[in-house]
Amino acid sequence: MDQMKKRYQITTNFRSNWQLYLFLLPVLTYFFVFHYIPMYGVQIAFKDYFANLGMFGSPWVGFEHFVRFFESYYFWRLLKNTIILNAYNLLLFPLPIIFALMLNELRNGTFKKWTQTLTYAPHFISVVVVVGMLVAFLDPNTGIINHVLRSFGIEPVSFLTSPEWFRHIYVWSGQWQSLGWGTIIYLAALAGVNPELHEAAKVDGASRFQRILHINIPSILPTIIILFILNIGNFMQIGFEKVLLMQNNLNSETSDIIQTFVYETGLLEGQYSFAAAIGLFESAINIVLLITVNHIARKVSSNSLW
Amino acid sequence: MSKFSLSDKAFDRLNFFLVLMITLIIIYPLIFVISASISDPHAVNTGRMWLWPVEITVDGFIRVFQNEAIWVGYRNTIMYTVIGVSIHLTILLPAAYALSRKELMAKKTFLWIILFTMLFNGGLIPTYLVVKNLGMVNTMWAIVIPGVIGAWSILVARTFFQQTIPDQLVEASKIDGASDIYLFFKVVLPLSLPMIAVMGLFHGVALWNQYFNALIYLSDEQLFPLQLILRQILILNETSADSAATAAGAAQSFADQVKTASLVKYAVIIVSSLPLLIVYPFLQRFFVKGVLIGSVKE
Repeated sequence: MDQMKKRYQITTNFRSNWQLYLFLLPVLTYFFVFHYIPMYGVQIAFKDYFANLGMFGSPWVGFEHFVRFFESYYFWRLLKNTIILNAYNLLLFPLPIIFALMLNELRNGTFKKWTQTLTYAPHFISVVVVVGMLVAFLDPNTGIINHVLRSFGIEPVSFLTSPEWFRHIYVWSGQWQSLGWGTIIYLAALAGVNPELHEAAKVDGASRFQRILHINIPSILPTIIILFILNIGNFMQIGFEKVLLMQNNLNSETSDIIQTFVYETGLLEGQYSFAAAIGLFESAINIVLLITVNHIARKVSSNSLW
Repeated sequence: MSKFSLSDKAFDRLNFFLVLMITLIIIYPLIFVISASISDPHAVNTGRMWLWPVEITVDGFIRVFQNEAIWVGYRNTIMYTVIGVSIHLTILLPAAYALSRKELMAKKTFLWIILFTMLFNGGLIPTYLVVKNLGMVNTMWAIVIPGVIGAWSILVARTFFQQTIPDQLVEASKIDGASDIYLFFKVVLPLSLPMIAVMGLFHGVALWNQYFNALIYLSDEQLFPLQLILRQILILNETSADSAATAAGAAQSFADQVKTASLVKYAVIIVSSLPLLIVYPFLQRFFVKGVLIGSVKE
């Protein structure tokens, strides 16, 4: 009886709301074709891909590609470069928070607005242009940075072809682009801080700095934690498009990361299965990291993504 | 009390000063590019120009506008952006609306299907193979369709609908015999114009600035978007993109070519980035709103 009733409910619901399901159809089709078929297609990582046999008809080879990758001489270098670059980037996670706290303390509203507008600007510049600007500014002969160095009597440096400079340039140019934009969410969270807390603290004689430390930071902590987890979720796969643009034969010692390697072996050399295996290895690390951090955050602070 | 207010005043001054310094550091490279684009290239390359333009010239812009590849790239980028944003909104809005309605069965499942793609995707190679098998390689569709929509935009638009379209309104219209399609076009969309603008802007900026899909899917130069042309000029230093200019100048000396190349570089940065940099301060509140709705999760 119950089942019949349920089926009846489903048909009536569908009959009266079929247009809603129709609304959903294009998006579901898109996700099916461009996300779920590729997910199913990840199986080529365990196969030998032949174009004429296709993703689903090619023969299975098990973990062969993974073993080949783990045993290759470049495995540790790629892993190390990927982790260091991302960890370095993550290390700067507090900068937008600090900048937001500073902006929040500004008493002059017009100045604050101008600062926000001006510091958001680099966010709208494409990676190609950013790297193009780096190439121009850091040029050993004509770049402004080397002119400044020269005026202090320092020998010009060929920054973009030096492995030891790659990470600093990558990370700090990224910070240049995202510092201002990254404050938006924190500023909104800071606007929601209860003013009575500040009044009470003032009466108790707390200084501005003490109030930031003991009222503002704890109030936006949930926002900070959520954004931190999201950042971890992107660990291993940030800004690969920029790395690809900044990479050259001379700095590859530090700029070779897993994703650029996937691009080279897969799309330039056509070793689809091998490259897919490497990509899958990376996604797996990512998911494990995300789940772990989310779990820890839920245990420690009750703020988590799920 | 007075002791605290004195130290607070010092705090204010210091804070103001630091914010000012950070802002100047961030804005300096942009001012430099603008000044360099209208300065004599020799002054730029020797470091004589470091803040304000020196020996003003608009030669760089003239060369940029004479360059056919840049025009073609510009046209392509505008076309991809307009078409991409249109498709984005056409499939996003109805879906987000449907997901905001409580009559929809299995809503949780649908949402889960969409959200899961934020956690895991097939990766570069399988996605590339799917696009290739669909015959999209070397067509506009490879730029416009993969990535036309993401879980994030659907969540944002859905949250907006949930917050702004009251259930009573929907129920009342339904009792009056309005269909969902009628309701969506006549009631929901007119109430959602700011959100539609936000979603369109975000996707538009992303399309305008992206180069990677074009790099992997396009080989026909006539289809290249502006960013790929910029990559050739700015990063790969390909002077072939300068063909129009060299043809005009016939026998140019090497020094002249270097000069031209650096002139063109800064001008081309301005020409490609200026549309967004001019427009965003006016739309800033929309962008900020978008970031904020996106950060509100249930």
